[in-house]
Amino acid sequence: MSIQEAPRKAISRLSLHRTRWGLLISAIFVVVVILAAVFAPLVSPYPPAAVDLLNVNSAPSAAHLLGTDALGRDTLSRMIYGARTALYGPIFVILLSTILGVILGLWAGWAGGIIDAVITRIFDIVLAFPALLLAILAVALFGKGLTAPIIAMSIAYTPYIGRLTRQLVSGEKNRQYVSAYQVQGFAPGWIATRAVMPNVLGVVGSQTTQNFGYVLVELAALSFLGLGIQAPAADWGNMINEGQSALVAGNFLPAMIPSLAVVLIVVAVNSIGGWLSDKLGDPFA
Amino acid sequence: MAQSNLATALPPARARADKESTLLANLKMIAMKLFGFVFTVFISSVIVFFSRWLVPGDPINFLLRGRSPNPEAIAEVTAIYGLDKPPLEQYWHWITGVLQGDFGRSLQYRQDVTDVILDRLPVTLGLVVMAGLMIAVLGLAAGIAAALFRGSWIDRGIIAGMSALAAIPSFVGAIVLIAIFSIQLGMFPSFGSGEGFGDMIYHLVLPSLALALSFIAVVGRVTRSAMMEEFSREHVEVARSRGITEVAVVFRHVLRNSLGPIMTVSGLLVAGLLVSSAIVEQAFGLAGLGSLLVSSVDRLDFPVVQAIVLIVVTAFVAINTLVDLLGPVVDPRLKAGKGAR
Repeated sequence: MSIQEAPRKAISRLSLHRTRWGLLISAIFVVVVILAAVFAPLVSPYPPAAVDLLNVNSAPSAAHLLGTDALGRDTLSRMIYGARTALYGPIFVILLSTILGVILGLWAGWAGGIIDAVITRIFDIVLAFPALLLAILAVALFGKGLTAPIIAMSIAYTPYIGRLTRQLVSGEKNRQYVSAYQVQGFAPGWIATRAVMPNVLGVVGSQTTQNFGYVLVELAALSFLGLGIQAPAADWGNMINEGQSALVAGNFLPAMIPSLAVVLIVVAVNSIGGWLSDKLGDPFA
Repeated sequence: MAQSNLATALPPARARADKESTLLANLKMIAMKLFGFVFTVFISSVIVFFSRWLVPGDPINFLLRGRSPNPEAIAEVTAIYGLDKPPLEQYWHWITGVLQGDFGRSLQYRQDVTDVILDRLPVTLGLVVMAGLMIAVLGLAAGIAAALFRGSWIDRGIIAGMSALAAIPSFVGAIVLIAIFSIQLGMFPSFGSGEGFGDMIYHLVLPSLALALSFIAVVGRVTRSAMMEEFSREHVEVARSRGITEVAVVFRHVLRNSLGPIMTVSGLLVAGLLVSSAIVEQAFGLAGLGSLLVSSVDRLDFPVVQAIVLIVVTAFVAINTLVDLLGPVVDPRLKAGKGAR
């Protein structure tokens, strides 16, 4: 039995890459978030954890452009620092799962036979664990923070990359250039990694970009549940969680700003991913 | 005479043989899928149980983190897990208990895990059922409307709305719904699951909508695209040329043939609902399975975590298998041994 990937494929994202302006705005937004994350200490007006109890739940003003939360912390500064964890987690997960997935998928697709069967079966079993659930289990085992969830999510996302790579590699294997190399006596390992792998990496890369949004949302969800990065560190997920108390007090911004940021960054990254897969000709898109 | 007998006798016999072979193929397929289900759940249970071994150090220290390691507590944990026995025997001890509905004892509640879980089950079930209904009704309605008015502004509007909905994670949906309907308009409560059945339904309206939002978009999309594909088929043209009304064409010929992919996706979504419900339960302060999982992680209650993870994975794999098995029932074109794909 194989766990199907239908919902993931079917969750068609809001993607703006078909219009020039949509793509441009997405790219600018992503660049702004990256710059904010990198230069957080320079650009944020206040330290992210600076509490100002005389100034709680204040509306946007010249001093606090996006207002303050229930503890009087500056929302803009927390957003800027939160961009760091928002990007940091998914980047690691994407890197790890892509490396693992490409290695296993290449091995399975190239070797075929029993190796293929075993790796495929392993992928199926990993897919039986929803990514968020695996991350929660990892936190239960190793404690809160970012490390355990990042490793768990990387494992959970490996089968998506692995299956795609395997499928692409077994298609490439029958192409003429491969037999040309074989006739010339190149070692199978050399052909697989030097000749075949570069041909599948483009498509894998665009798939990976599309996973970025899912990982970001799932890590933010984990942090929303209070199991991710811990307070007082600022993260968009735990900002939404903490913003709920301000929400009840009638102050919407501390919860709404990070919510909006999560939605926008996912839409923007997906637009870039969509543009990439158009460029690279994703056969499964 | 004899020749004509033979000629009339042959076709039924061949038909019967055909029928028997497809029946056999069907049974074989069902058996394979059931075996796959049992195998995957078995391996998952091994992973869930032995995941504890990944944590370095004494298992007693791990299980009693944050609690005073007095002799009684140590004796209790040792007894629950059979920690004095070899690992395989510990697994056997645990899994035979699980198969009889005994998940061990909760460390935070000092009750049987099974009782704690059964206590929390109604809220999660109510949430998933209500969200499922919303997804089915609103998702199908949007998809059908878009397909009926394909190419018009209604279609474009629905597609745009669906795309926007699909981009909203459940925790964002929850926050927005609380802000609008419970704080601004005061129409629905934003906390707890209420007293009694009617009150529970009332309390679950916003949470299930938050859970359903992005899934409605998925079902709407799949419905629309499956129906659009059917519209281009010949049998629809034929039905139309026979003078059948457009409404009848849509519901009897187009929608019916689109049910296969719609069902596949919906079944898998139900599994996704089980995980996402943890987020919604947390946002709305509901005492369900998901919030129990989160609080058990928080309070280092590993037996409960283990139990819930295993239950969710089993449900996930079971729904997958069920969807796989029901595919040919809903859409006879998918039956084993028939090549018409």
